[in-house]
Amino acid sequence: MGKSTGFLEFVRKPNPMRPEEERLKDWDEVYVLRDEQTCQEQGARCMDCGVPFCHRGEMMPGGASGCPVNNLIPEWNDLIYRNRWKEALERLHHTNNFPEFTGRVCPAPCEAGCVLGINEPAVTIHDNERTIIDKGFENGWVVPEPPEVRTDKKVAVVGSGPAGLACAAQLNRAGHNVTVYERADRIGGLLMYGIPNMKLDKAVVQRRVDILAEEGIEFKTGVEVGKDVKADELKKEFDAVILTTGATKPRDLPVEGRDLKGVHYAMEFLHANTKSLLDSKLEDGNYISAKDKKVVVIGGGDTGTDCVGTSLRHGCEKVAQLEILPRPDADRNRATNPWPQWPATLKTDYGQQEAIKLQGQDPRNFSIMTTRFEGDADGNLVALHTVEVEWVKNEQGGMMPKAVEGTEQRIEADLVLLAMGFLGPEDPVAEQLGLERDPRSNYKADYEAYATSVDGVFAAGDSRRGQSLVVWAINEGRGAAREVDTYLMGDTILP
Amino acid sequence: MAKTTTIYEEEKLNAFGQPEGCGMYRADFEHSSCGIGFVANLKGRKKHSVICDALDMLARMEHRGGTGFDIKSGDGAGILFQIPHELFMEECPKAGIKLPKFGEYGVGMTFFPRDEVKQAECKEIIERKLAKFDLPLLGYRIVPVDSSGLGRDSAATEPSVQQIFIGKPEGLSVEEFDRKLFVFRKYTERVANETVSGIGPDGFNIISCSYKTINYKGQLVTEQVPNYFLDLQNEAAVSAIALVHSRFSTNTFPSWKLAQPFRYIAHNGEINTNKGNINWMRAREVLLECSAFSHEELEMIFPICDLAASDSANLDMVIEMLVLSGRSLPHVLMMLIPEAWQNDPEMDPTKRAFYEFHSAMMEPWDGPASVCFTDGVLVGATLDRNGLRPSRYCVTDDDTLIMASETGVIDVDHSKVKLRGRLQPGKMFVADLDQGRIISDEELKADICSRQPYGKWVDENMVHLEKEPMSPDYALRLPDKLTLFRRQQVFGYTYEDVNEILMTMAKTGKEPLGSMGADNPLAVLSDRPVHLSHYFKQLFAQVTNPPIDPIRESVVMDLHSYLGGFRNPLEETPEQCRRVAVSQPVLTRGELSRVLYLDHRHSRTKRLEIVFPIENGPGTLERTMDRICRYAEDAIDEGYSIILLSDYGMTSGHAPIPSILAVAAVHHYLIRVGKRGKADIVIESGDIREVHHFATVLGYGASAVCPYMALGSIRHMAIDGLLGDLDDDTAVANYIKAVGGGLLKIFSKMGISTLASYQGAQIFEIVGLASSVVEKYFTGTVSRVEGLGMDDIAQECVQKLQKGLTRRSGASKVLDPGGDYHWRKDGERHLFNPTTIRLLQECTREKDFAKYKEYSKVVDEQNSAAFTLRGLMDFSSDRPSIPIEEVEPAENILKRFATGAMSFGSISWEAHTTLAIAMNRIGSKSNSGEGGEDPVRYEKLPNGDDMCSATKQVASGRFGVDSYYLSKARELQIKMAQGAKPGEGGHLPGHKVNGWIGRTRGSTPGVGLISPPPHHDIYSIEDLAQLIYDLKNSNRDARINVKLVSETGVGTIAAGVCKAKADAVLIAGYDGGTGASPLSSIKHAGLPWELGLAETHQTLVRNRLRNRIVVQADGQMKTSRDLAIATLLGAEEWGVATAALVVQGCIMMRKCHSNTCPVGIATQRGDLRGKFNANPDWVVNFFEFLVDGLREIMAELGFRTIGEMVGQSQCLKFRDDVDHWKYRNLDLSPILYKETIGAEEGIFHSKDQNHMLESVIDWKLIDAAKAALENGEKVSAEFDVINTDRSVGTILSHEMTKIYKDKGLPDGTVHFKLNGSIGQSMGAFMCKGIDLELEGDANDFVGKGLSGGSLTIYPNKNAQFVPEENILVGNVCFYGATGGTAYIRGVAGERFCVRNSGAEVVVEGIGEHGCEYMTGGKAVILGETGRNFGAGMTGGVAYVYDAEGDFADRCNMEMIELEKVHAVSEIEYLKSMIETHQLKTGSTVAADLLADWDNTLNRFIKVIPADYKRMLNFIETARETGEYETEEQIVDAAFDMHIADLGL
Repeated sequence: MGKSTGFLEFVRKPNPMRPEEERLKDWDEVYVLRDEQTCQEQGARCMDCGVPFCHRGEMMPGGASGCPVNNLIPEWNDLIYRNRWKEALERLHHTNNFPEFTGRVCPAPCEAGCVLGINEPAVTIHDNERTIIDKGFENGWVVPEPPEVRTDKKVAVVGSGPAGLACAAQLNRAGHNVTVYERADRIGGLLMYGIPNMKLDKAVVQRRVDILAEEGIEFKTGVEVGKDVKADELKKEFDAVILTTGATKPRDLPVEGRDLKGVHYAMEFLHANTKSLLDSKLEDGNYISAKDKKVVVIGGGDTGTDCVGTSLRHGCEKVAQLEILPRPDADRNRATNPWPQWPATLKTDYGQQEAIKLQGQDPRNFSIMTTRFEGDADGNLVALHTVEVEWVKNEQGGMMPKAVEGTEQRIEADLVLLAMGFLGPEDPVAEQLGLERDPRSNYKADYEAYATSVDGVFAAGDSRRGQSLVVWAINEGRGAAREVDTYLMGDTILP
Repeated sequence: MAKTTTIYEEEKLNAFGQPEGCGMYRADFEHSSCGIGFVANLKGRKKHSVICDALDMLARMEHRGGTGFDIKSGDGAGILFQIPHELFMEECPKAGIKLPKFGEYGVGMTFFPRDEVKQAECKEIIERKLAKFDLPLLGYRIVPVDSSGLGRDSAATEPSVQQIFIGKPEGLSVEEFDRKLFVFRKYTERVANETVSGIGPDGFNIISCSYKTINYKGQLVTEQVPNYFLDLQNEAAVSAIALVHSRFSTNTFPSWKLAQPFRYIAHNGEINTNKGNINWMRAREVLLECSAFSHEELEMIFPICDLAASDSANLDMVIEMLVLSGRSLPHVLMMLIPEAWQNDPEMDPTKRAFYEFHSAMMEPWDGPASVCFTDGVLVGATLDRNGLRPSRYCVTDDDTLIMASETGVIDVDHSKVKLRGRLQPGKMFVADLDQGRIISDEELKADICSRQPYGKWVDENMVHLEKEPMSPDYALRLPDKLTLFRRQQVFGYTYEDVNEILMTMAKTGKEPLGSMGADNPLAVLSDRPVHLSHYFKQLFAQVTNPPIDPIRESVVMDLHSYLGGFRNPLEETPEQCRRVAVSQPVLTRGELSRVLYLDHRHSRTKRLEIVFPIENGPGTLERTMDRICRYAEDAIDEGYSIILLSDYGMTSGHAPIPSILAVAAVHHYLIRVGKRGKADIVIESGDIREVHHFATVLGYGASAVCPYMALGSIRHMAIDGLLGDLDDDTAVANYIKAVGGGLLKIFSKMGISTLASYQGAQIFEIVGLASSVVEKYFTGTVSRVEGLGMDDIAQECVQKLQKGLTRRSGASKVLDPGGDYHWRKDGERHLFNPTTIRLLQECTREKDFAKYKEYSKVVDEQNSAAFTLRGLMDFSSDRPSIPIEEVEPAENILKRFATGAMSFGSISWEAHTTLAIAMNRIGSKSNSGEGGEDPVRYEKLPNGDDMCSATKQVASGRFGVDSYYLSKARELQIKMAQGAKPGEGGHLPGHKVNGWIGRTRGSTPGVGLISPPPHHDIYSIEDLAQLIYDLKNSNRDARINVKLVSETGVGTIAAGVCKAKADAVLIAGYDGGTGASPLSSIKHAGLPWELGLAETHQTLVRNRLRNRIVVQADGQMKTSRDLAIATLLGAEEWGVATAALVVQGCIMMRKCHSNTCPVGIATQRGDLRGKFNANPDWVVNFFEFLVDGLREIMAELGFRTIGEMVGQSQCLKFRDDVDHWKYRNLDLSPILYKETIGAEEGIFHSKDQNHMLESVIDWKLIDAAKAALENGEKVSAEFDVINTDRSVGTILSHEMTKIYKDKGLPDGTVHFKLNGSIGQSMGAFMCKGIDLELEGDANDFVGKGLSGGSLTIYPNKNAQFVPEENILVGNVCFYGATGGTAYIRGVAGERFCVRNSGAEVVVEGIGEHGCEYMTGGKAVILGETGRNFGAGMTGGVAYVYDAEGDFADRCNMEMIELEKVHAVSEIEYLKSMIETHQLKTGSTVAADLLADWDNTLNRFIKVIPADYKRMLNFIETARETGEYETEEQIVDAAFDMHIADLGL
């Protein structure tokens, strides 16, 4: 399969980004596609490995390596090389319901596992995936495929993030009557309101939701299970209930001044922004504006980056980003962090690139901890106080931050966004159903079994495994669908 | 009917009277090979000397026979000669027998039981039967014997030898009398063995019963024959013909009756298709009718064949039947062992018609065969189409004809020799003593072939399918895509099947290649539904007979098949060839329609649906199968002669029956009911797609196959544009071509040439089917670990059906990935997967034993998902645990490791040397592989590391195998087979042979290198013994190791290998790695090492041979637990290859064959080699971990040493926590069976082989060469030699090489003149500085591996024959020679200069396949050549004097070009070679040629391979640039030009 010497002939060429100056003026997607020939060449770089490490997601120190939904990467890379895009799309859809999402937002653990990555830049698997699905939509190959036969089973999916949608899509394919409950006004959960438009265009989300609806899934928006509908009532009405509510409880920073005006959770900021953008192109003003503000984002992950990018598009005066962990190296340490482990390296994403372009320097500060917020008399935030930390081993052997004396700093700020991750699902649903929870407060259910302690109730995605990647959510949604199908029918033929 | 059934079942129980198989051993695995020959007086003068000469001959072939642990008990020897009437006249009166005159009585030479009561019972039966046939009993004579010299085994089974004298009734012709004696013998033997109670395994045997010939044989070593049978010493015993045979058996239990000769023949060889031939004979019994025998008589002689008897015995039985029913003996042999006629356009049409006519009646008895035969008047010999057994003859001026496997086996006065000849492939020669002359092959066959108008009969009766019309009403419609997809799922298709297998075959016309070994579960351990054919593992030839090269020797191969049932073979009528000939067995739907539409006069087809209802519960499949079998029988009763089994009509409620099951069931049922001969089976099935699937249905009796799903899938791919520009018809044609090529490869690896004889030959072992299934449907196939029953098979079918035709929604819209060849998450499991590879690499790099344990745990824990048989085992020690400190130290155990053989060329220099350094550090052995070794590695590195491979391999290609290479080994390994592709050769394409690799392999860079499938000096076990002897001579300190691949019967082969004096035997699993092999071979050929190792150990112990030999095992050894299990099953050493590569960074890319290994291991590209970054320490860490883990297990099990642990299989048990529907039926007890043996014998290696080198003539040579060895002075001397002087010059050469390394001494420093008929391997591996001159003649393998030495051979100066018309040296001369010169005044046998890479040789004529696979050197041939000259020749030059102008017709033009000799330097070279030849040998041929040089030169044809010529041009161009200083640089530059030219 493929071109056996492709990896020796072509260098890695990922999807290009639009120039900062252009993209900062709008909310459109940052990345654009490559030309056809480049795509084929990039497909040809795939070596069609006997053991494609890219194709199996496995948790190992430092994170996942390989694709959590087990995309048949060598197969579709070969098909791309041979210019067989439609067949490539079929192979891609075989394992992944929503490649247009993962092709945009996935950090690509597949590329960490790519065998070529041992000693050369990995294959552009992530971008190849996006190219396949975008071409699929462009050519009208992605059409609703309603089930041939319907069963008499009714299934409720609570939460319409990637896990819920994947689960609903699969169960609907198996012929069950699926209702998806979403408390927001639009379907998509994190995909819709958690990830900003420049990373995942909301039209792309809606396009898929529309197809799912045409396939027969019933979507109920603006209905919060646990509040508008009691979870235990839902259970009575449906043959099975799948909880895919996400890990929506944000991690807080309980330091002095937390209550000052101007300190927000990142999700409040991002959600409102996207809603306003979609409702009125930000005309309605129903969002937290960073315009002309000094913004500090606490948290160095993807959400932090999204806050940086959004703030810059608002026209902030300046933006800084604080991270408690030390600055990673530019290259992986092959002794302690060898292939195929996820490379713990410094990744400068679109938000940082844009900040560098505008501000002349990387907005990120590493090994830094916020000790308190300082406000003015009106209770408005004016600054935050930080201290540098070093990481030391505690008695249990875990690494703990320790403040370094004399490194105190005051940073002026009038908008702080807390992007420090999420703790777990919210409580009401679990309480109403009497579900067992795990020590991290997630719904307790085993991986690949997904059954909770209550018969007929299943849990998948971040609400079960804790905050994680979209691609794991899809994996769990599909897995839960198989289990639910088996629960309802005695066996399953779902892939 | 009932009676036939009884016999059929009885035979399974009767293991030919030998000890019942227990554990893995089975008596029917036995192999044997032999020395044969005869002496005759052409004028029919009966003399005692004829018998004496023949017995001398026998003794002189002792080295071709074998002995077990007890050297006095041979494997069997005997003599067949004319009834010694004069002797009986003298002796019979003493026994009270009144003897009538010659021809009026017959003699039954009989082995009676020793027990007198039983003897009396036998005699009573004899007398009753004689009376029944109206044959008067004249009396019994006790044959005088001297038992005093018998060995323990022979004495234990010694019968009472007596002769039954039977009078010829009045009025009966002698022919009628002979037939009566035959029926009497057959019937009496059967009745006695069936009815005399407690007659025992040796039973009652009439070994010959005739008025013309008599047989004296027994379980004797050759020289015992005349000592034991006193009759043979009696001067009155006279005969004009005496035929002898000495047997070299692999087994311990040779019995008296298994000795040869048989009644008509002595056979040296092996009938590979024995099982099929016997089944076909049985199938034809119902058709037999003959005026010579009454119906009642025929019933009495059935069954003609005996499945439990040896192949040779069965061949003899069929010959006897056919001869007695009226055909001449030569005619019968032509029927059974035909020439390769199909692909020979030169063949005379009359002869062709004869063979074509008979091909419709009888499939060839296929396999290497040299057969000597006599009916008491005629004596002769014939050789099979491949001619793989040497057969030399000479005639002296006193009319004595001597024919034997070797020349020189009888001392004849060389001056009296009138003729020296050899038998050529497919040829026969006969001496008719009545006519008093030798009849040539041509005359004999012309006569036989013109006795009937065979050509007319064939024209009028035989139908050729391709000329028949297609049926208009047979639907040829292609299924729509959705139907195709659903059916693909029903038949278990995966994405890989379509996109790797079918697509490659359709695009390229070849099977896809792969690399690395198979590491997924056996079919029976897979938790996915598996194709039933995958439970069948292909068998292959190793040691006892050679595989064939189906590409380079395609002249002998054939794919014809026939439909329409057999007719009575005992008569000769035109209708016998009224069959439908199919040129190859794969039918498209259109071609199938021709079958259905055939004129009913020829054959009518009955179509039977092979589907079963899925909802009827247990037993349904079996009941359905029974019904189908009955329908087939009914159809035959109604006159149908083709049974078409089809699953085309499957539905969602009716699952298709696996094709292999349906075919085999009908085949065996029809045999059982005696109707198989009347019809043929065609299978139309959707599950047949891979070559292996075709092989299984054909191997169980199908005659033609329509794989409609594969064809439909390919057509759809073509229509969809997935095959590029190929249209669907071309794609289908390519696929069919690929199947044909693949089938020929599968046949040839077993040494079978034709589909007709492969059909029904059942060349498989089953792993994982219940004995109830095997006995009923795959009768006679070996299956040793039980497994799936019929309901389980049904369950696998139903699973697939439901997946494809489910009524539920939501199933996948595309095929499952498969994961058989590439690991996939939801595909077939692999032991090397992302987790295990990562853990193994991390633990060895970080030197983290805890992580190694984590890795081991993942690999070893197979209780819920087993991969391997050992995965199903658990430890269960019968002794207390001990503290680990009491276990022998790790250093001792480390020495027991070897790495697998991987050549420099298949892996990079970096990977190869890193492994060698690591293994040398821990005192174990790395293996050079088959690619030679750069002498740079023989000197240690400055840091003390050593890159020299301790084990040097000697494989069929013999690349770089010279005297120096051999002398630098601690072990020499003869690679008989490779797990990933047993029985197959290899082809390293020219673009991979760079300057370095070319130099190391002793060849020209840029020129492709072909490894032949067989070692051309090992066609039999005695040949292997000879190679072992050669190698031992080449380096006495090196251990000789023979690498075998696990398969059915490997234990008996290992026993033979031990008897052939190997010091170690390696049993490799089928799953071992490869650099390139067809995917189907990686998966479907060979067996796991657990089976082969257990069988080997058990058989060696049973043979009391185990302590003589080291047993090694390899094949996917990954953890300490693997080693422990291997040890408990009988291995004391272990090979590890793949895992060691993974430690070095291999990530199981499986792209070794593409040269694109991205981690620099399996590649020669400089840029990729640069990516190699492993450290020898990692490898050392791994082996230390293996040992640390093993020592923990040893402590736990209570073993202090490995020696204590070897073979203690009682410490293993079938694990009790296995719960899987497929595993639960397995039974591992045969593997875990423990042979018991006396304590003194020992069941691990404890004593060394006696190689008997003390008496070798070379010691005298070394004495005479002392001054040369010590001071480089010139020496010369003269010696007499005889045929037992073998490998002359080899020890001398080794001694010289030890001192002078690869440089040797100046040419001619040592010159020895030898006189006589020299033994095999004259001058083997002889180095520069030694010059041997022989006056006399030589046997096979002259100049094998010649490494710079010089040979001159010419006939005795007083001989009466014309040298250039007579054979002077044997077959396979200068095989793998790397340098040196030779001048041969006479003709050489087949395969002259095979794989020569450096020797320059002059000869005056050669046999077939000349210069095959040659890669360098020069051959000057002054006379005729045989067919297929230059096949696979990639380098070197041959100059052939083409007197008749027809040389081109005999060339294989695939790789070579023919041209005139133009260049001045070349003309000078040629002339000087001929001048030297004249000078050294006194050749008159050379003188005549030189006398008329201009004309001579005109007739010389230069043979040069195209690739070689191109490279020579590049080298010349590079040289002319003047840019390069050394020859190496020039060659490297030339290689770069070549690569640039190829655009790589």
